[in-house]
Amino acid sequence: MNLATIINELNLKILTEPKDFNVIEVTSGYCSDLLSCVMTGAEPEGVWVTLMAHSNIVAVAALLDLAAIIITENAQPEKETIEKANEKGVTLLSSANPNFLISGKLWEMGLRATENE
Amino acid sequence: MDNNRQPITDELAENITRTEELAYELRISEAMTKNVFCLSPDMEMEDVLNIFQEKRISGAPVIQDGQVIGLLSIEDLIKALRNGELSDKVDNYMSTNLTTVQENDPVVEALRIFSMTNFGRLPVLDKEGALKGIITKGDISNGLLKALQHDYHTEELIRYRASHLFEDIVSHRTSLILRYDIRKGDFVHGGNASSNIKRALLRLGASPQIARRCGIAVYEAEMNLIIHTSHGGSIRVEIEPHKIRMEAYDDGPGIEDIELAMKPGWSTATHETREMGFGAGMGLVNIKRCVDEMRLISSKDRGTNLYMTMYLPDSEKS
Repeated sequence: MNLATIINELNLKILTEPKDFNVIEVTSGYCSDLLSCVMTGAEPEGVWVTLMAHSNIVAVAALLDLAAIIITENAQPEKETIEKANEKGVTLLSSANPNFLISGKLWEMGLRATENE
Repeated sequence: MDNNRQPITDELAENITRTEELAYELRISEAMTKNVFCLSPDMEMEDVLNIFQEKRISGAPVIQDGQVIGLLSIEDLIKALRNGELSDKVDNYMSTNLTTVQENDPVVEALRIFSMTNFGRLPVLDKEGALKGIITKGDISNGLLKALQHDYHTEELIRYRASHLFEDIVSHRTSLILRYDIRKGDFVHGGNASSNIKRALLRLGASPQIARRCGIAVYEAEMNLIIHTSHGGSIRVEIEPHKIRMEAYDDGPGIEDIELAMKPGWSTATHETREMGFGAGMGLVNIKRCVDEMRLISSKDRGTNLYMTMYLPDSEKS
């Protein structure tokens, strides 16, 4: 599904410079607040659901080629973090809802992830 | 989009030319003429004749109160000439059946309209309906040609700069060495070294997969230097055509039990660091998973040296 659909369905606020979200394909989801776990488990072109809003999330998303980060529970990234995200072309989205709810809704919309044995 | 268009198969997608791709990528705002000469409805056709001749245009939008209310083309002017009515007003000849396009739409939208109608030009509006420019078929051709040319030049530049590096410079063994100093506790810059390294590898022709794996490995090493060292440390990456060697050095405090450190989930991160989402205890495990070879040497007095190697198959990197 494309990122625009996710943004509209989940009513997400766009924190970084707008892009043509219609052409950004999202192929999986990952939810964790532990950065090294994200490094292990998040797949490229996936969307990352997290409570973390500090600047290090930007590097993680850029290194893993993630489609976007959904920052939950209204956690507010600082201006520098948003600037860094714009520089690196990372999309930051915001929701008032918590990780569980957002992940659940994404699953309902059909978003999946690779299952481990 | 038309309903009788067939879905794009993989094979078809491979054959879509760069030009077709560009028709979808290029925005109308990038191809259109921006300084549009506008007419007002109460102008005389005589004035239009002079304007069209002077400015060498064949059509113009008619504006009233900041809104586009019509379009006057050279055909309309010819009609007025035939009737011998050059003192007549613009609003008697302009066409009000307007088709417009949005500035952020791809040019393929304008192409669709041009192919289905006999319009020569389309007014371009922004989201609020204000006139931003005019687009003609010629504008689209020029825009596509320019974009193709730019593509070509950019391709040439990148290819020359990067991949020829190892070909043009002659030695028995050439390598490019990148060095980064990492400061202890410098979370603000955390990830900069690894993202620069990943980018460098992509520029030099490494595959996205290799660049990504190296990026992840160096990121973990970089964050370890930021989180766990006494005085920070340094990262050294040596890039050769068939091998990438990544090294991280610090002078303390050293890892007491390397086996324990390699256990998933085990971490010595402080409470503050864990609150930032670090300290999952997966760093070294991630590195081992990403690279082809890894060696960790550490002692309490001399600090830690981490060596990571990635081998590149012959098909990668020129």
